[in-house]
Amino acid sequence: MDKSNLKNQQSGEPRNESRRGFLKQSAVLTGVALTPAVALKAAENQWDEKLAEALEKIPLKLEVNGVSKSLMVEPRVTLLDLLREQLHLTGTKKGCDYGQCGACTVHVNGNRVLSCLTLAVMQDGQKITTIEGLAEGEKLHPMQDAFLKHDGFQCGYCTPGQIMSAIACIREGHADSAEEIREYMSGNICRCGAYPNIVDAIVEVKNGGKKV
Amino acid sequence: MIQFQYTRATEARMALDAISKDQSSMFIAGGTNLVDLMKRGIVTPERIVDISRLPLNKISYEGKVLKIGSLALNSTVAENKLVQHKHPLLAQALNAGASAQIRNMATVGGNILQRTRCHYFYDTSLPCNKREPGTGCGALEGFNRMHAIFGFSDKCIAVHPSDMSVALLALDATVLVEGSKGQRRIPFGDFHRLPGDKPEIDTNLLPGELILGVEVPDNGFAKNSHYLKVRDRASYAFALVSVAAALQIEKKVIKDARIALGGVAHKPWRLAEAERSLIGKPVSEASFQQAALLAMQGAKGFKHNEFKLKLAPNSIVQALKVASRMV
Repeated sequence: MDKSNLKNQQSGEPRNESRRGFLKQSAVLTGVALTPAVALKAAENQWDEKLAEALEKIPLKLEVNGVSKSLMVEPRVTLLDLLREQLHLTGTKKGCDYGQCGACTVHVNGNRVLSCLTLAVMQDGQKITTIEGLAEGEKLHPMQDAFLKHDGFQCGYCTPGQIMSAIACIREGHADSAEEIREYMSGNICRCGAYPNIVDAIVEVKNGGKKV
Repeated sequence: MIQFQYTRATEARMALDAISKDQSSMFIAGGTNLVDLMKRGIVTPERIVDISRLPLNKISYEGKVLKIGSLALNSTVAENKLVQHKHPLLAQALNAGASAQIRNMATVGGNILQRTRCHYFYDTSLPCNKREPGTGCGALEGFNRMHAIFGFSDKCIAVHPSDMSVALLALDATVLVEGSKGQRRIPFGDFHRLPGDKPEIDTNLLPGELILGVEVPDNGFAKNSHYLKVRDRASYAFALVSVAAALQIEKKVIKDARIALGGVAHKPWRLAEAERSLIGKPVSEASFQQAALLAMQGAKGFKHNEFKLKLAPNSIVQALKVASRMV
């Protein structure tokens, strides 16, 4: 990614100048089959950049960690990429990006889902909670405390997903035994093998009786 | 992911209209399979029609039939008291599939329609008649540990990956669909198809048709059913072999039986002859062994999946034993 794109992304502004040029070029060259009809048409007709942009991007309203966001997204952007690249909430991790590892787990309206397999546009109007939304100021969420206390991680890459999943696991009522926790946490893979400590952390929070 | 246009449907008619206008458009609901396939360039719709907000997520019981809307989430169905009470086999099969996160996203309709997880289908650099008709079947002479032992063709030996569908087949479910010509009901056993010469077509759903829901009739199996899933790890893996077993038992005699297998064919695999063999028999390991023997008639293994020829009958016996509470 070049610097101008990065800059535009950080300001939250569209970053279309170079891409539109690419589309025009690729329509003439080899990219025809790979480029959607609507974009090709816009490129062929040399429509105003903003018009083409409007055709490609869709308005999206989300509440992310209690803050309302009005955004414009391409339909192909996943919730994970929107969170990380557009909102810069990089706590949610991209592990496999194919729904196999659980590192991207977030809550949508309180339910745990995989943000990598969710198109952001499909979540219009929903409430998203990420790992960044758990702590209250300096005060960590009880599950975050428990992961620290029980050493529920080594490298830490899967941890945000583990914690989001762990909270949901208790809320769903599937944390009544270590066996049940293991089954209902099976969608979160930990390459470091911190599983026993993760289970211990969840058991403690569950038995602690605090609202999660 | 290749760019596409996005339409959000707010009623079924709107969704059907949107899909009928464009050959390359596809419905999306939970997205857990389609987004994955689109990222890998295996399917490349020019338009997706978002049906996730259609009012098709109700679970109700009318006229001795449990009706489950196609957009009911897998987790919602698995946790539903009516489902757990009337058809525990279905709840058990749902909970054996995927992970808690995916079950919170995946819908009933999407679960039925999910594509095979055959590595050759998923890897666009390898040949696959299902993904690209005419390129050959890579699995036939390749790495075929996960593959079919029943109903395959020389064009395709892939298996259907759904657990829920195996239970729905055993429970004599019906799929309710709507298309431009109106609604129709498809018995679950006729919904999926065998690969034959057209492995690219998974089901008998017609282009432009929308699944409205599934219907499960009352039965006498609630007390004695079991879904057994055998896989490479304890959870969150596709089945090597799975068994949906359901028995109706009176005074230790089998009055009725249902057995369906997953992980062994291009569609969930019903074992009608084995079922019939159990009727009137005592609940015993011998009865179950005999049924398992009948079940395996016509099975054929490939280089890496011959173990399924033993695993499947053993799993059938074990599932029947658990269902009948022998173990």
